[in-house]
Amino acid sequence: MTTAEKKIARLEVVEPKRLEFGKKWDYAPAPESTEHIKIQSRYELFIGGKFVSPKSGNYFKSINPATEEILTEVAEANEADVNLAVKAARTAYEKYWSKLPGSERAKYIFRIARQLQEKAREFAIIETMDGGKPIKESRDVDIPLAVAHFFYYAGWADKLDYAFPGRKTRPLGVAGQVIPWNFPLLMAAWKIAPALACGNTVVLKPAETTPLTALHLAQIIQEADLPPGVVNIVTGFGKTGAAIVNHPDVDKVAFTGSTEVGKIIQRAVAGTKKKLTLELGGKAANIVFDDAPIDQAIEGIINGIYFNQGHVCCAGSRLLVQESILDLVVRKLKDRIQTLRVGDPLDKNTDIGAINSSDQLKKIKELVQIGIDEGCKIHQSTCKLPERGFWFPPTFFTGVAQSNRIAQEEIFGPVLSILTFRTPEEAVEKANNTAYGLSAGVWTDKGSKIFKISSQLKAGVIWANTFNKFDPSSPFGGYKESGFGREGGLQGLMPYVQLI
Amino acid sequence: MRAEILKTYKLFINGQFPRSESGRYFQIPNPKTKKPLANVSQASRKDLRDAVQAARKALPGWSSKTAYNRGQILYRMAEVLESRKPEFIDEISKMTGNPKKAEKEVLTAIDRLVWYAGWSDKYQQILGTVNPVALPYFNFTLPEPQGVVGILVADELSLIPLVSKLAPAMVAGNTLVMIASEKFPLSAITFAEVIATSDVPAGVVNILTGFKNELIPHLAKHMDVNAVNYTGTDQALVKLLQEEGSANVKRIIAHPEPKGEAWLDNQKAQSPYWINSFVEMKTTWHPIGV
Repeated sequence: MTTAEKKIARLEVVEPKRLEFGKKWDYAPAPESTEHIKIQSRYELFIGGKFVSPKSGNYFKSINPATEEILTEVAEANEADVNLAVKAARTAYEKYWSKLPGSERAKYIFRIARQLQEKAREFAIIETMDGGKPIKESRDVDIPLAVAHFFYYAGWADKLDYAFPGRKTRPLGVAGQVIPWNFPLLMAAWKIAPALACGNTVVLKPAETTPLTALHLAQIIQEADLPPGVVNIVTGFGKTGAAIVNHPDVDKVAFTGSTEVGKIIQRAVAGTKKKLTLELGGKAANIVFDDAPIDQAIEGIINGIYFNQGHVCCAGSRLLVQESILDLVVRKLKDRIQTLRVGDPLDKNTDIGAINSSDQLKKIKELVQIGIDEGCKIHQSTCKLPERGFWFPPTFFTGVAQSNRIAQEEIFGPVLSILTFRTPEEAVEKANNTAYGLSAGVWTDKGSKIFKISSQLKAGVIWANTFNKFDPSSPFGGYKESGFGREGGLQGLMPYVQLI
Repeated sequence: MRAEILKTYKLFINGQFPRSESGRYFQIPNPKTKKPLANVSQASRKDLRDAVQAARKALPGWSSKTAYNRGQILYRMAEVLESRKPEFIDEISKMTGNPKKAEKEVLTAIDRLVWYAGWSDKYQQILGTVNPVALPYFNFTLPEPQGVVGILVADELSLIPLVSKLAPAMVAGNTLVMIASEKFPLSAITFAEVIATSDVPAGVVNILTGFKNELIPHLAKHMDVNAVNYTGTDQALVKLLQEEGSANVKRIIAHPEPKGEAWLDNQKAQSPYWINSFVEMKTTWHPIGV
């Protein structure tokens, strides 16, 4: 018996009998109170430091995906509105922001961070109501990380001369930024904070299904007394985003979203002087070796794919398990998904919230059906799903081949595909067999193996014995068709400056 | 009087010197006599694809060499170029009719190779970072090669634009498909002889001569090319690169500068930030615990 086999044998022996609690250990409801949350009946565009009605005259509904109730209506910006926003940003850039010393810019960004921190609870609740993510995630991950991001980049604003040895920096001008619905406030922070720190002004478009926290951030920006037009927030659909991307007076385009749209944007800005960064899709390999700390790995796999309902571009959606421990891992995963609590996102015990939209739910269902049709074996939690709202139970597939569509395409939902490997070389080969390259995970108790494997993986972020960890000082971004440019850290300054 | 042996200028693919599979050639003129100076291979789409394939095959080996070793190999290229100085000066003069400038160009090229050789084990320390995350992980970011990189060599001079792009791309661990200057292709191929005799593994650098209009669309479209690097101000060309390159989200790196004589200026034509335009950043979260 090899050491690994011995370890597995031991794990098999000590595996406790499955505990049957019945209903006795069900959690009592623990809903977060929404009493003090004020959601306006209507939200306007934030242009030139003011909330203004859209020239389009149109408003669209924003719903709570957990209840399908209408939360509010939000202004839809058309081309004329985007023109005004870009104009405001240009004026603010030339009149105020580019003339302000870095130390002063820093103070404004620190203000945003602090005010966001003070209103963290409110933001967490709104984020959860608008997007469907569990309150424990918006409370413990999204909002604190957004705050930290503003803090981190605020500090850079007056230290840019030290960022790139031998060079000084100059801002680019007006940044047009388009963000997705999976981490609405956090993505706004990732975009706005470095742009402002480097001396640029911003026109940002939040996603149509999750515009609320960005608009509340606009209120903070107004209260923080930023010069008018330094940050402009225009809401709307793809057309609004296209108007920003195509606007001739935008100097920099930053997009986070699907690879499909990313490619369209790369084409759209082709031949212009716009600097471009793209943070696109992924199909991350999460590699579990037989010498991994197994229970920790199970939690990491769960976190890797079911965090935020799997609406994560860097989700660990392809699990590569060393063949010798496949049965053990599958059994443990089956048990574990059964214990995940799916339901009311505002409940503090909820692990998996609502799928963000009916469109997304449809896409998930389609790909899951394709997985079944292609002969993969489906395993699903038998949890009861709420009757209203958009839901999908935690799901994984075994018997998945590399050529199966569920092993190649981004599902962007709580669906995991499990593949196996025998040797480290095979693991690396399979992990890299994708057009994407955003993230990857490696699980082993052997430090040297972590370094060896991680150095061979073609991905921008590698998590070892963990998954889905983020920090403002840690650069994030992809290889290959997962996009280019980095967000976060020192490297995250580069997309927002020119070196002189 | 002895008749001179004239050189056949062929392509450089996978460490070998094949003629274009298309059998085509073009001629470049002697600027003084206007007579043809040489026949140059006119690479085809197939040649380009062969070059990409060779570069892809060479990538794992080259990118996993130690930084020290890559530096040694770049330095070796400088040594070999130094020893063949008169030949290059002579050849460039034939194409340009300007021996003085040719000498300056060759000397700068040699020095630039030495300069980048020295960067091989230092750029990581300038461009990479250790990141103080608020969690129990050792988090660090290191530059890695982009992969197979297409380089469109500027037309203005002969040797120096090629060496100025080749060196930072190579030192960062990439493998290259270079489209040589259409106007001054001869020293590009002679430089391939330097590469071939400097312990550079086959396929790490591939050099094609031919017509850019013909080759560039295929390079931009090729799904196994990770990045294309261009120096110049042709916005229509950059547009084409971006549009076609979007098929696999290629990194299209377009620099308007340097131009003309600026290629010879160390302040303007060499920089660790040029290495930066040939790398990807990888961030690793390594666990801390007992």
